[in-house]
Amino acid sequence: MEEYLNIFVRSIFIDNMVFAYFLGMCSYLAVSRTIKTSLGLGLAVIFVLGITVPVNYLLQNYVLGTGALTWLGAQYANVDLSFLSFIMFIAIIAAMVQLVEMIIEKFSPTLYNSLGIFLPLIAVNCAILGGALFMVERNYANIGEAAVFGLGSGVGWLLAIVGIAAIREKIQYSNVPAPLRGLGITFIITGLMGIAFMSFMGIEL
Amino acid sequence: MSEKIDKPKKEELFSPKNRKLLSNPLGKDNPVTVQVLGICSILAVTVQLRPSLVMALSVVAVMGFSNVIISLLRNTIPSRIRIIVQLTVISTLVILVDQILKAFMYDVSRQLSVFVGLIITNCIIMGRLEAFAMTNKPLPSLLDGLGNAAGYGAILLIVAFFRELFGSGTLFGYQVIPNFLYELGYVNNGFMILPPMALITVGVIIWVHRHRNPNLVDIS
Repeated sequence: MEEYLNIFVRSIFIDNMVFAYFLGMCSYLAVSRTIKTSLGLGLAVIFVLGITVPVNYLLQNYVLGTGALTWLGAQYANVDLSFLSFIMFIAIIAAMVQLVEMIIEKFSPTLYNSLGIFLPLIAVNCAILGGALFMVERNYANIGEAAVFGLGSGVGWLLAIVGIAAIREKIQYSNVPAPLRGLGITFIITGLMGIAFMSFMGIEL
Repeated sequence: MSEKIDKPKKEELFSPKNRKLLSNPLGKDNPVTVQVLGICSILAVTVQLRPSLVMALSVVAVMGFSNVIISLLRNTIPSRIRIIVQLTVISTLVILVDQILKAFMYDVSRQLSVFVGLIITNCIIMGRLEAFAMTNKPLPSLLDGLGNAAGYGAILLIVAFFRELFGSGTLFGYQVIPNFLYELGYVNNGFMILPPMALITVGVIIWVHRHRNPNLVDIS
């Protein structure tokens, strides 16, 4: 239980997908003009991450890794299919995103319309593939830990995008120099938020 | 009178139109600062110049090949599955690049870790495939891909140059800041190596870029 809480809090604050690893920046910058769309996209990302990371964990440990295919028979103990992991992970992610798209279109057409092209673009959101690749790199002990990592990363991404959207809404009326307006000031503010998030580094659970 | 049908003239290899495909992304149509694509990896790999150069060359290779392949296939891909086909082509090329890097440049491959795999999700590649390669012939697509990858590479190298110079006092691993400055009390700015400074550096680059090209200023 303690280990799960540890991973959850680490992935939200210390290993934040946006501020520590810069994943998911393209849609982060493009969708964060209003809080409503940011919240919608953030929830979609949590959902996709929370499901694809555990599924990819199963795929990695029972199909792709070294010795993973031993459940099929002892003669497969030396097979290492991990070079296929990129293409398999992306396939799972694309399928999940298609599913999420259909669900959102059915239950909330307004959100679907306001997200526009960015909903299918979650499939190529670096945060999702990055979550799966980090999960492989960090060798989590069981699927529970992988799931908690996925959910935590999603929550961290949501916090980041809603935060920057709130700030961007507020600075609409500020005196930003013309060349910095829009994209430039968003980069600088994100950098400052990143510095602030670094203060979480000392947390020990 | 019989109507004369003009045969379309063949585009020269380096006609002005094709040269523009190569030069625009290096300046006013830069994929990073204007089109806002490919941001993720810019920020993460630019701690030093050497991995940035390797990353830039990898992206040039992947973009060049994938643009040509998709452009050759453009008339046979059904519209409903085109994203999957594009992703498959890009993933295969990235797997190849990853294996080559692991074989010949293992230390850089370890430094780049997950970001080689993340070339697949680099928005520039998908973005240019959708916007250009799906509707243009192979040669212009190749030039467009190379131009955009070069524009991306240029920004990578500029950010890495400043981060490595001010953060470690080295360039490509060779010490550049002379020792006497260190003795006088100059200290490496350790902050530049940390992630947030990359964001601020790119913000400043955008500032300079838009100052020189006022038509790019956001007026919304």
